[in-house]
Amino acid sequence: MSRYIDISLRVNGEDVRATVPSRLNLVDFLREELSLTGSHVGCEHGVCGACTLTVNGDTVRGCLMLAAQADGKEITTIEGLAENGQSAQLQAAFTKHNALQCGFCTPGMLASALGYLNTGGSADRDAIRQHISGNYCRCTGYQSIVNAICDVIEETSI
Amino acid sequence: MTGPAHIFDKPNRYIGKPEPRADAARLLQGRGTYVDDQKLPRMVHAAFVRSPHAHATILSINAEEARAATGVVAVYSGEDLAKHVTPYVGTLTHLAGLRSMPQHPLAVGVARWQGEPVVMIVATSRALAEDACELVYVDYAELPAAVDSETALDTGAPIIHSELGSNLAWERDVVVGDIDAAFAAPDVHVVERQFRFGRHTGVTLETRGTVCDYDPSEDQLTVYYSGQAPHMMQVIFSKHLDLPEENIRVISNDVGGSFGIKIHTYGDEIATAAAAKLLKRPVKFIADRFESFLTDIHARDHIVRAKMGVTEAGKIVGIDFDDLTGIGPFSMYPRTSAIECNQVLNLTGAPYVMENYRAKGRVVFQNKTLMCQYRAVGHPIAMAIADGLLEDAARKIGMDPVALREINLMADDSYPRTSATGMKLDDLSHKRALRKLTDLMNYDGLRARQTLARKKGIYRGIGFVSMVEVTNPSPMFYGIGGAPIASQDGATVRLDAGGALHVSSSITEQGQGTNAILAQIAAGVFGVDLNRVKVTTGDTATTPYGGGTWASRGAGIGGEAMLQAAQALKDQVLEVAGVMLQTGVETLDIQSGAVTDIDGSVRLTLADLARTVYYRGNELPNDLNPELIATRHYRVTDFPFVFTNGAMAAHVEVDIETGFVKVLHFWAVEDCGRVINPLLVDEQIRGGVVQGIGGALYEECHYSPDGQFLNATMADYMVPMASEMPEITIAHIETPTKTSILGAKGAGEAGTGGAPAAILNAVNDALSPLGASIWQMPMTPERILASLNQADCN
Ligand code: FES
Ligand code: FES
Repeated sequence: MSRYIDISLRVNGEDVRATVPSRLNLVDFLREELSLTGSHVGCEHGVCGACTLTVNGDTVRGCLMLAAQADGKEITTIEGLAENGQSAQLQAAFTKHNALQCGFCTPGMLASALGYLNTGGSADRDAIRQHISGNYCRCTGYQSIVNAICDVIEETSI
Repeated sequence: MTGPAHIFDKPNRYIGKPEPRADAARLLQGRGTYVDDQKLPRMVHAAFVRSPHAHATILSINAEEARAATGVVAVYSGEDLAKHVTPYVGTLTHLAGLRSMPQHPLAVGVARWQGEPVVMIVATSRALAEDACELVYVDYAELPAAVDSETALDTGAPIIHSELGSNLAWERDVVVGDIDAAFAAPDVHVVERQFRFGRHTGVTLETRGTVCDYDPSEDQLTVYYSGQAPHMMQVIFSKHLDLPEENIRVISNDVGGSFGIKIHTYGDEIATAAAAKLLKRPVKFIADRFESFLTDIHARDHIVRAKMGVTEAGKIVGIDFDDLTGIGPFSMYPRTSAIECNQVLNLTGAPYVMENYRAKGRVVFQNKTLMCQYRAVGHPIAMAIADGLLEDAARKIGMDPVALREINLMADDSYPRTSATGMKLDDLSHKRALRKLTDLMNYDGLRARQTLARKKGIYRGIGFVSMVEVTNPSPMFYGIGGAPIASQDGATVRLDAGGALHVSSSITEQGQGTNAILAQIAAGVFGVDLNRVKVTTGDTATTPYGGGTWASRGAGIGGEAMLQAAQALKDQVLEVAGVMLQTGVETLDIQSGAVTDIDGSVRLTLADLARTVYYRGNELPNDLNPELIATRHYRVTDFPFVFTNGAMAAHVEVDIETGFVKVLHFWAVEDCGRVINPLLVDEQIRGGVVQGIGGALYEECHYSPDGQFLNATMADYMVPMASEMPEITIAHIETPTKTSILGAKGAGEAGTGGAPAAILNAVNDALSPLGASIWQMPMTPERILASLNQADCN
C-alpha cells in the first residue's frame, strides 16, 4: 500500500484535493494541512470529544477517522457552522449562559449539541447530559452547557 | 478624587452585573489561538524519549540511527542540554529546612520517575520526531524505587538523592495550647480517623505545550506559553538559558485550562526553548495525553491521622493530626512542593474557634511524577480533616452537624481575629453563610425525606462543609522566600483618539473571564460603554509587570489595579475637560463615553476631547500637559492573604449493593466579597465544585509497587462527565474586603477546596445507619463496598 493517498472532499463548502500520508488522521489533516484549527485534539484516542465534527451530517470523532477515509465526504468544522439557524442559536445560548470557560471543549461540544438537536433531542436535562457525556469539559461543570442546549430546544419548539 | 460609593452606584456601572463575556464569540467560532494553533516559518517539532522506569541509572544512550532518520534536525541528551541550561532547585527560604536537588530539563545520569524526559528529538514534524524516538536505544540499570510514601522514610528504603541521606524533603510542627490535656478532660469525646487522599491530576483538556522562537540577530527568545504566569516564566528562561530578561517575550494567548497545572517549570518545555536557541529557529512541543499524565504535576497524595476532641455540649477543644505528603523525586521549581502540606497545617479547622492545635507535616520524596500546587492547594485536605472529624464527632455525641457548627463557627462580628494557627482573618461570614445554605436547601425538609427514604431501604446522605479559602496572596506567599513571582499586579488604561479605552493588565485569562471583568471594571469606573473597551493580557512585552492569575488573585489584585488605573485616568481626563470647558472638575463626570455635568447632561464627547488633545494641541493652554494614559499597581498589604469563606452541602445516594454514589444535588453559598460578575463567578464555583467531586469520587493516579503509572489514559483515568454531575445551586453573601476599594476576593478555587469534604460527609451520613464509614478519596464503589463489608464483620 502506498504511504500517500490522494483524496478529494468538501470542507465547509469548499472543494479540497490533497495528497496525505495514509496514517494521518482527519483532525490533524484539518488542523495542519488546511489550518482549520478550530477543531481541537485532547486525547487522540476517541475519548474526550474535543475533535468532534460533522461528516456527511453525522457526528464523528476527527481523531478516530483517517484523512484517507474522508475521501468523497462532506465535512463541517466549527469554522463552517452556519451563521443562522440552530448553530447560531447555540452559540448565542452558550454566550448567554457562559457555557464555556477556556473554550477548548467548545467546538466539539457544539458539534455534539448540534447532533442532538438535529436528531430531534428533547429538552430533558438528563437526556442532554447523557448525550454530551462523550465530551469532556474540565472547566464548566456542565450545568451551563445543559442550560444552553435546553434554551435552544425550548426556543425552537415555540 | 471621586469616592468609592460613586464607582459602584453610578448609572452606567458594570461591576456586579452578569455581563456575558465578549471573548466568548471568538472561542465559539473556532477562532481561538491555543498554543498548538501557532505555526511559524521554519518551525520544527520536538518529541521526547522518556524513562520507562521509576528509578534507573542511564548507562548509555545510542541515538545514531535516530540522528540519521528522515526529518531529524537534532538529538539532545541530558548531558547535551546541561551544557546550555543551568539546573534549578525547588526550594524557598521561608519554608525553612525544605530540601531538594538540582534538576535538569532532561535526566542526567539517573531517571527518577517513569516519564522523565531522557532524550529530545527535534524533527520536521511531530510524527517524524516520534518515529525517531523509536530508534533511540537507552541502556538502563533499574534501581529499587521508593514509591510508597508511607515507607519512604523507613530505614532501608531506597534513597532517591544519596546526597540528602533520606527521602525527607521538609517537615514542620505547629503546636498551640495543650492538646493532650484538652483531650484528657473528663467530658471530652475524641474521634480519630486515618484519611487517605489519592493522587490525582489536572487533565486540562488542552495538554501542556510551547512554541519557542529564537532570533539570533537580536538575541531574542519569544515563547508562546500556555500558562498562568508569563512574567515568572520570563525570569526562569532568562536565568537558566543565560539570556537577558528583557530579551525574552512570553506570550500567553488562549489557554485550554490550567488549574495550576501550567504554572510550573517543566523540563520538556525548558528543553524546547533551549533547542530553539541552539537551532536558531522555532521549535514546537505539544504533549500528547500520555505525556501529560506522566509529567503534568500531580496533586494531593496525603495520608493523615487525625483526632478531634469535642465536649458533651458540642464545643471543639482541639485538633491533632499528622500529615504525610508524597511529592515525587524533586520539589517543583520555583513554587516548591511543600506549599500544599504547609496549607494543610495552616488551614485545618480555620473556620472554628479552638484553643488547642497540634499538627505535624512531613513531605517525602518518591519515584513518582512530581506533586505540586493544583487548584485549591491543600484546601480539600484541610477541610476534609476538620469537617470530616466534626461530623464524625456530631454522630458520636448525637448532635446535628449544623447545630455543632453553629456552636463552633467564629461569630460574624468577631473579626478581625486570628485562627488557632495564627492566620489573620477579617470580613468573614461563616454563620450567615451556613444559615443561608440551610434555607436554600430546605435542610429540615431534606432530613425528613431522608428518613422516609431510609425506611424504603434507600440510603441517602447530607453532608456539609464550612470552609475558608486563601485568596489575594501578598508577598508573604512566594516573594518573601526568594521566588521570582510578583505579588503585585499592574493595569494600564489609555484613551484613544476615537474615545475608546485600551486596557492592559498583568493578570491572565485561562477561561475565568479575566478579560471580561477587567473591561467591566474599566468601563464602569471610567465611564464608557462596555463595548468601547479593548483588553490585552498575557504578553510580557505589552502589559505591566505582575504575577498573573493563580491562587484566586486575578480579580482581587488585578481588578483593584484596574479600578485604580481607571479612576486615575478619569481624574486626568476631567482635568483636561475642566480646562476645555472652563469649569471646575467637581461639577463634571464621565458617563457613556462623554464628559457630562453631574446630572448626566453631555458637555463634550470623549472622542472630541481626545482628538483635541492628540491632533489640535494648539487649542490648549501651553501649561496644560494632558496625559490620556494611566497605570496603577496594587498589592495586598497588612494581610498575608485575604480569606474568603463559604458553606456547601451535598446530597448523595449510595447504592449499597454496588457501592456507587450518585450526587443528587449540591449547594454552595460563597462569600467572595464584592462580586464583579455573578454569571462568571457562579460558573467558576460550579466548575470548581465539579473538580472537587472528581477528586472525591473518581480521579486517581494508580501506581504499581514498582512505580508504573497504571491508568495514564483518558479512558482509564476517570473524570466527571455530564451525566454523573448534579445540578449545583449557588448563592452569595457579599462582605467586601477592606483591603481594597473594589472589595473583591477570589472565588476560583472554593468549589474544589470545599466539595470533597461535603461529599465525604454526605457519603458517611448515608452509610451511618449501616455502621460503616469511609475516609479514603476517591470514594470508589470498591472502597465503599469494602467499608460496608468491614461494618458487617464488626
Ligand atoms: S481528540 Fe478525539 S476524542 Fe479526544
Ligand atoms: S471550557 Fe474548558 S474544557 Fe470546557
